[in-house]
Amino acid sequence: MGNLEKNIALNAENRADFALITKWISPNAKVLDLGCGDGALLTKLRKTHNVRAYGVEKDDANWLNAMNNRIDVIQMDLESGLSGFEAQSFDVVILSQTLQAVLNTEAIVKEMLRVGREVIVTFPNFGYWRYRFQLALGGHMPVSDNLPYQWYDTPNVHLCTIHDFDEFCRKSDIVIQERLVLTDKEAVHFMPNMMGALAMYRLRSK
Amino acid sequence: MSQHSSVGIVAPQIAHFNEPLTLKSGQVLPQFNLIYETYGELNADKSNAVLICHALSGHHHVAGKHSEDDKSPGWWDNLIGPGKPLDTNKFFVIGLNNLGGCHGSSGPLSTNPDTDRPWSANFPIVTVEDWVNSQARLADYLGIKQLAAVLGGSLGGMQALQWSIAYPERIRNALVIASAPNLTAQNIAFNEVARQAIITDPEFYEGDYYNHGAVPRRGLRIARMLGHITYLSDDAMGTKFGRKLRDGAIKYGFDVEFEMESYLRYQGDKFAGEFDANTYLRMTRALDYFDPAFEHGGDLSAALSKVTADFLVVSFTSDWRFSPARSREIVKALLDNELSVSYAEVTAAHGHDAFLMPDAHYHNIMRAYFAKIEV
Repeated sequence: MGNLEKNIALNAENRADFALITKWISPNAKVLDLGCGDGALLTKLRKTHNVRAYGVEKDDANWLNAMNNRIDVIQMDLESGLSGFEAQSFDVVILSQTLQAVLNTEAIVKEMLRVGREVIVTFPNFGYWRYRFQLALGGHMPVSDNLPYQWYDTPNVHLCTIHDFDEFCRKSDIVIQERLVLTDKEAVHFMPNMMGALAMYRLRSK
Repeated sequence: MSQHSSVGIVAPQIAHFNEPLTLKSGQVLPQFNLIYETYGELNADKSNAVLICHALSGHHHVAGKHSEDDKSPGWWDNLIGPGKPLDTNKFFVIGLNNLGGCHGSSGPLSTNPDTDRPWSANFPIVTVEDWVNSQARLADYLGIKQLAAVLGGSLGGMQALQWSIAYPERIRNALVIASAPNLTAQNIAFNEVARQAIITDPEFYEGDYYNHGAVPRRGLRIARMLGHITYLSDDAMGTKFGRKLRDGAIKYGFDVEFEMESYLRYQGDKFAGEFDANTYLRMTRALDYFDPAFEHGGDLSAALSKVTADFLVVSFTSDWRFSPARSREIVKALLDNELSVSYAEVTAAHGHDAFLMPDAHYHNIMRAYFAKIEV
């Protein structure tokens, strides 16, 4: 499987976190989805919450799919920042399963908080016990449905754990309004940094 | 592209307008003609019209051929036709030659009704705003209250943008391709060099060359050569010509030796033989003057505050004359007004010329956008 096919498979799997993101969105909100892919999440939000939706997508094929799904989609690379968007011009800015693949992680989270009154970030939790086992006992970099790449072809350059991200928010004066941890689409409450495969955060600036 | 056919043999028409047109300069055109072509059928409720605005050297002949043995079709034939991205089975497409042009609309070559002689250098300076006002008259003439879309590249994109500002209730979609919200100083500089080449040509006679049986060919030629350099990217030139020598050897002289020179001279000569110098001066001035943000203290978002149209903005990565950054300024101002806008930055090697090329991804973008326009 090439990276693109893996991404599409990953997107389908993500519909679990889409369902939960939906719960964090107010009706008629103005929403910006960074790395919107084919616009599946925005299409859903438009239907269920009547949101004013905009997407950002770098990849040509994804951009075209989003356009075909009638999404207002802006082609740009997140790494160059969000200077094309006015401060506090969106109710919510979403970064779904992309945080681990960006280079300027800190700068991008800050840009999201500048543009959005609220920010939703989701990422695979590298502290998940299966990953720890694969590395500790198998001696290999973890590979799973959420992280389907080998170390040499992975776009995921900034993998982190829930503890790491909590600490990052504390140091950066970011308020965690809500945090959800999922494994196989089920919420995890016991030892989330060990038991959770996917982390979802609802953030705002202090 | 064999499954896509041409609009076939087309014929231009002329619309005459008797009502005076007050220009931005304050001058008044007492009457004027616009030459235009149409492709496809206007539907019963006249909701499927798409206006094509041309760039610096364009005209009304956008698609199809004038006769079977026409060597080349209209200038945007690769985009427009049955089954093509701008599908004439769905849309009624209008191309026109702008005021001040030299292809049949009122301009320096046409007769001034007050004097019965060619306007020549006395034809007024026209602006993008004037063009759009005259195009609105053409829409009236064709019985079209609201255009499904206005599409243009480069200077044409400026007209599409101006349409959305001046006639928000008359345009549903604006497609602004390889364009900018105004020219940069560097762009004005290129235009000025082109104009100086023409104006300082001894055959120019202050624009009255027709009466002297002269044509400022040298000026036009240099202006066009300069233009062509800026429409291509360094990479595209390198790929197409590189340092290739026409006869394989250096000759220690100043005749054509490099293929690059041969191309520029060919383009310059061709253009000088078919384009009018007074028109060229006016087209470049229209480019220089366009700046909708100017009246709003430089605030483009404020300039677009009355806009209601949906937008597609497209730029090309290697276009340094109308760079992606300039398109992003337009996108930002549209986003500030919470308008519907999609923006594509097409990876292309051809520089500014890319907007006329049949790049597959670019055409897919255009096809997808036109497909979502309801008529």
